[in-house]
Amino acid sequence: METFTQLYNGPYSWLLYVTVMAVGGAIMFVWAAGMAVIWTYGERRIAAFIQSRLGPNRVGPWGILQPIADGIKLLAKEDVRTKVAAKLLYNMAPLLVFIGAFMPFAALPFSERWVVVNMDIGLYYILAFEAVEVIGILMAGFAPGSKWSLYGGMRLAAQMLSYEVPLGLCVMVVIILAGSLNLASIVEWQSHNAWGFKEPWILGWTIFRSPAAFLAFIMFYIGGLASTKRAPFDLPEAESELVAGYHTEYSGMRFAFFFMAEYASMYLICGLAAVIFLGGWYGPIPQPAVPEGVSLVRRWSEFVAAAGGFGSLGGWVWGSLNAWADPLNLRILAHEAIGAFNMVLKAFSLYFIMIWARWTLPRIRIDQVMHLCLKVLLPFSLLCVILALVQVAVF
Amino acid sequence: MNSTLEQPESLRTEELLVNMGPQHPSTHGVLRLLIQTDGELVRQAWPHIGFLHRCFEKIAESVTYRQVVPYTDRLDYLASMNNALAYCLAVEKLAGFEVPERASYLRIIAAELNRIASHLVFFGCYGLDMGAFTPFLYGFRERELILSILEKLSGGRLLYHYPRIGGVARDIDPQIAAEIQNFIKEMRRVWPEYNRLLSENAIFIKRTANVGVITKEAAVAYGLTGPCLRGSGVAYDLRRAHPYSLYERFDFEIPIGQGLKGTLGDCWDRYWVRLLEMLESLKIIEQALAGLPEGQITAKVPPVIKLPEGEVYVGCENPRGELGFYIISDGKPQALRIKVRAPSFSNLSITNAIVRDVLVADVVAIIGSIDIVLGEIDR
Repeated sequence: METFTQLYNGPYSWLLYVTVMAVGGAIMFVWAAGMAVIWTYGERRIAAFIQSRLGPNRVGPWGILQPIADGIKLLAKEDVRTKVAAKLLYNMAPLLVFIGAFMPFAALPFSERWVVVNMDIGLYYILAFEAVEVIGILMAGFAPGSKWSLYGGMRLAAQMLSYEVPLGLCVMVVIILAGSLNLASIVEWQSHNAWGFKEPWILGWTIFRSPAAFLAFIMFYIGGLASTKRAPFDLPEAESELVAGYHTEYSGMRFAFFFMAEYASMYLICGLAAVIFLGGWYGPIPQPAVPEGVSLVRRWSEFVAAAGGFGSLGGWVWGSLNAWADPLNLRILAHEAIGAFNMVLKAFSLYFIMIWARWTLPRIRIDQVMHLCLKVLLPFSLLCVILALVQVAVF
Repeated sequence: MNSTLEQPESLRTEELLVNMGPQHPSTHGVLRLLIQTDGELVRQAWPHIGFLHRCFEKIAESVTYRQVVPYTDRLDYLASMNNALAYCLAVEKLAGFEVPERASYLRIIAAELNRIASHLVFFGCYGLDMGAFTPFLYGFRERELILSILEKLSGGRLLYHYPRIGGVARDIDPQIAAEIQNFIKEMRRVWPEYNRLLSENAIFIKRTANVGVITKEAAVAYGLTGPCLRGSGVAYDLRRAHPYSLYERFDFEIPIGQGLKGTLGDCWDRYWVRLLEMLESLKIIEQALAGLPEGQITAKVPPVIKLPEGEVYVGCENPRGELGFYIISDGKPQALRIKVRAPSFSNLSITNAIVRDVLVADVVAIIGSIDIVLGEIDR
């Protein structure tokens, strides 16, 4: 991002800033919304294979157009609102949940350079917005005036109070070890100097650097399951107990917002876990080396400037073509693309495990959730923090 | 320093009454459960029934004895064979018909197959109640094998009308027998899979062990029968206690709850009893197939059945407990009165006694473990 503003800093530079932000935001928005599209199909197929059946296979080849059919169905459905609903809260709740799930994508990187905003407090930002979602769900539980919704909302409140603390402490372990809240720096830290290797490959990942981090990763993942309301922690929407929990009274597009938010926040948790614990874009597939501090955008602008500058059409066209032909540029591109592949691979593997767990495990009870989070995860995550502190202080 | 928080006058708290059902994903039909809740805690629950009332007993007074048989199929629709068997036995007992041995054996094969099918539905639905989706499909996969066998045997997939007064509708052929043998093999192969998936799952055990404990005394006092009674450790099975339809010839165990994972008589025990019963039913079917006698499949029954004046009660071991038919005849072609003793009805009556100060999720676990079918409760 900064690279764009460095290109041009004259009058109306904010316009460039806004445009670039909007394009980046749109890409991440499509990616986040795409999670619901990709993974509803993926989940239903995976579930089908787990349960020895076929799954959707009628709409389009192998049924891959099924999510589109589902989307059209949801759009076309009647938007029902209960008579006693608190209108403002009822209407706002799905949007708030949606915002909570989609905003963090701005700071979630694909690879070193492919990120909308490389924030210094990226980790904090993501966790903070993740918590906004909870407020929306509490509103959704309260607003329709349905008792089952209320139960769903209250359960979520109880669950959130339980998992947020250990989740935060597990992230703290990484922050202590890496010494940064910036996601790019955390990955940078993971890619150097571990176990005596300068290029440690997967040994550099946080989970292999310290037993505390390994434990923290597992607890983060469990907490993440709870925060995305996935089985076995799907109590707020427990179908067999609460009908549909907090979204009992929502239909059509409003329901679709909850739905998309759930799938987006699953990717968020998996992506975050991949970045802070599993090396992000670093490994397992090695990336070609590129010099420090180079930027595709800046190099492109240099090529354009050399071919006549941004003022002329020839400069745009020839500069861009020359930039494409440059081996270093291609190397940077490969570096980023392989990094993004690594990142998505890890995130999707974790995503798959979430789905696997959902279709295998029964649901646990609310008191057991609280027991697990407050009496098991919390002390252990505290222990991990202390271990990490000791490790940083001693080694 | 005052360390206790005083509740302001303006804050009023009261317990919340919630209707769980009749439209609810886990009330197994149209049971309406009124629960009094204090937060997640359920203080009490009152079952309200009657949504599936179809006047079975009244209809049975106006049609002939033969015509009642298909109606019995619709009582406990998950175990149609067993229902019709119990009714036919009652009529035969009062009329004094001699059922051929081959017919009795075929009835036992059909009834035990249906018992397994019924328990498989329980297994799947109980998984659903606990939030695990996959057991449901595993259970239905094997149930499908049974249904296709019963379809070949009787023509129906859910409501069979197979046991008839005096015998059975159709004879078995070698192909069906071979299919049953295959099913037995397959069932024995997948049974441990069920345990790996659900029975031994740590979360499942946490959810069901020590939940909904029914003591021996309470079980007997409330007239519980079937797996609910045996789950509390009482080895009472009508097939053994009052053998009917030649059950005395077969060698099988009566599984009872032992409190393996928690307290005796908890939800897990009731669940486990049903799973073990599947294996016992397999044993019975195997023996029945091996020793299937030759001969007629139906007794000589007059075209119009008129029972002598009198009354009769026959109870049979249904998958859910003792299903009894009490028939009073005044010599006419129709019964004067037919009363059904439905196991689910008695079993459900204990709900209020055990759903006390439990969590909402436990209510689902308890109702699921009682394994009711509203078809026979409301009749």
